This record gives sequence, C-alpha cells and structure tokens, in this order.
Amino acid sequence: MLRLVAAGLGCVRGQRDVFHDVGFELSAGEALALTGPNGAGKSSLLRLIGGLLRASSGRIELAGGATDLTIAEQTHYQGHLDALKPSLTVAENLAFWIHYLGGSAPPDSALAALGIAGLADLPAGYLSAGQRRRLSLARLIAVPRPIWLLDEPTSALDAAAQARLAALMRDHLAGGGMIVAATHGPLGIDAKELRLGTAA
Amino acid sequence: MTALSALLVRDMRLAVRVGGGAMMGVLFFLIVVTLVPFAVGPDLAQLQRIGPAILWIGALLASLLTLDRLFAADHEDGSLDLLLMGHAPLELAILAKAIAHWITTGLPLVIAAPLLGLFLNLEPAAIGAVALTLLAGTPALTCIGLIGAALSVALRRGGLLLPVLVLPLTIPVLIFGVSASNAAVIGPVPFGAPFTILCALTLGSLVLGPFAAAAALRQGLE
Repeated sequence: MLRLVAAGLGCVRGQRDVFHDVGFELSAGEALALTGPNGAGKSSLLRLIGGLLRASSGRIELAGGATDLTIAEQTHYQGHLDALKPSLTVAENLAFWIHYLGGSAPPDSALAALGIAGLADLPAGYLSAGQRRRLSLARLIAVPRPIWLLDEPTSALDAAAQARLAALMRDHLAGGGMIVAATHGPLGIDAKELRLGTAA
Repeated sequence: MTALSALLVRDMRLAVRVGGGAMMGVLFFLIVVTLVPFAVGPDLAQLQRIGPAILWIGALLASLLTLDRLFAADHEDGSLDLLLMGHAPLELAILAKAIAHWITTGLPLVIAAPLLGLFLNLEPAAIGAVALTLLAGTPALTCIGLIGAALSVALRRGGLLLPVLVLPLTIPVLIFGVSASNAAVIGPVPFGAPFTILCALTLGSLVLGPFAAAAALRQGLE
C-alpha cells in the first residue's frame, strides 16, 4: 500500500520564509488539493515533493513504493511550463519524454486520450496554449508513475478538456495512484484540501 | 531506445532544425578566420606562421557560441526539471548532451578547418596537424564549457557570464593545441609530446566536466 507522508516541512526561498511546519498524509487512491493565496508556497511545495527544491526542514517519505527508486523517479511533475520543444513535432516531443522517463508505450494512445491524436505530425511551435498543455499532460498517461504533482493543471484548458483531465485523474486514482494539485478552481475530483498560510 | 540515446538524438535533432545552433558555429568560425587576414594584412608568410593559432582561436570562440543555450534552453521551457526526474544519473544525461553538442558543433569545426587552412596558406602537413589537434581538443572545449553553462543556469544570470567563466579555463587546451600544431610543422619539439598532453586534458575534462556541471545544476535547486 503506497503512502506519502510529509511532516514539518519548511521552505525558505531568497531568505524569505515561504512556509514552515507543513505536513500531510496521502494514501493510494487519494488526492490532495493545495489552495491558498498567491505566494503562499503551493508551487514550492510541489517542487519540494518532486525533489526539485530542497526543504529547509522536515521530511517527505514514500512508503510501499519501489525501494530502489527515489520519490522523484516515481513522480510526474507538471509545472507552469510545458517542457516542449517548438521545433520538434507533437509525436517527437512525447516520444522523447516517454523514452527518457522510462516508459515503453507508443505515443499514439496517450495523444488520443488527450484528444490531440490528429496533431501528431505538427511541430509543437504551432500549438495553442491549451493544446500545448494537453500534449504535456499526455506524458502522464504514457509513462506510468504513481505520484502526479500538478501545478494548476486546468489552466488554458477548455471545458471539454477539463472534463477529460478530470476523468483521467479519476482513472489514475482508481488505479492506486496519488495526486497533489495546486489549484485555485475546482479540479473535478474528490480531494482532501491543504490550505497554505497567507503570504507575508 | 534508452533514456540517454533518446536525449542524444533529441539534442542533435534540435541542433539541426530551424533555430538550432549546428550551422552557427561553423559560420562564425568561417567569419573569424576570414577576418584575420583583413586585420593583419595579406602577408602570406606571416599568415602561414600564425595560421594554426588563428584556427584554434576561431574554433574556441565558435564552440563557445552555442554553449550558453545548452542548459538555458531546457531551463526556460521547463525541460530541465523533468531531466532531473529521469532514472538516468544526471551526470550521464549531461554527458549525453555534451556528446550531442560536440557532434553538432565541434565535429563540423574539425571538418571545416582544413578548408579554412587553405585560406591561410597553410602547408598540407600543417593542415593535417591542425585538424588532428582540433579533433582531439574540441571535446575538451565542450566539456569545460559544460561547467560554465550549468553555472550560468544555476546562478540565474544570462549567458553573458559564460565566456568570462569558461575562456580562462580553456587556456591549457589552447596552448597545447597550438603548440602541437606548430611542432608538426616547425619543430623543434616532437609532435607527440604536446599532443599527448592535449589528449590528457580532453580525457580529464571528459570525466570532470559532467560531474562539475551536475553539481552546479543541483546547487541551483537551492
């Protein structure tokens, strides 16, 4: 049984105390929504879980996962940026991340799951913001990893795509995955809420 | 395809596509080498004497030209975050990026050098020596540049810092590259001695560069 536990987490950026003493517990199949005002540290907490920032105090542990992998290697991180190269085609962009992140599925089915299969041969530079976000999210479907860290995943997505993403998130949770999402709006899934303090 | 070969292929593809840097290095090399005779005058004997040095300085500047985008481009579009979360060790991922950079930037310089040697009135033996020393020395330039490229991302300052950081570190490569080329033509030192030291510098930087760059990128995590 997968279990993600964080206790006493603190984050200091540029000598500013962003948050301190933050903790949560998440079991397989559960989602956590991070809320709070701008600057409260939602994105920082996500990067901290993904190993992209170092905590100034506290610890994060994953129990019941693959013992030879770090938390970062079992985690998908979807930040504000889409990690796409404009001169590569949609299929090339996704195929690269599938190979690099250790997946083996062909990119087509993940593109279809996000509803952008028809764009496979188009250079990513020609995509709209919503299409770029969908392509970036296709990575999460194509490479199975138990923890998803999503930073405002619904931004730039239209209503239909938001519903599609919510369905994909429900599938992921039903399959024993975990989601931590920073959000200002409704995610469309059942989630515990962790409210980060007011910004200084 | 493994993670590292996927990264290698992606970086090479990006370099040769529109907006990539593969041809920029060679064009810059061509321009620098062409400018020198205008500056020093059309004295053929003099050009022949300083030719190897001109080719080496041109290659040095040209290989630096595209280095500042090596990590900065991945940092700006968020790819660097994901590269840090792969199963492959960061050091090896950086080495894969370095190999891709050398194949698309360093290798074309080695291939262009004999042609530009003709412009500088070099003897065939000197042309061969310069091409051989560039082949052995340009990987060192890429690997030393890795450190500067990673530092300029980690320090969150633009690429302008890169030449200031990297150029002083490339002085030994320049010294032994040029002296090996000269030794092959003028003597009196045998070609082997400076060339062996040049190879040693390349091998050393091949090991040190990726580790130092990985440490710099990790430091950038704060």
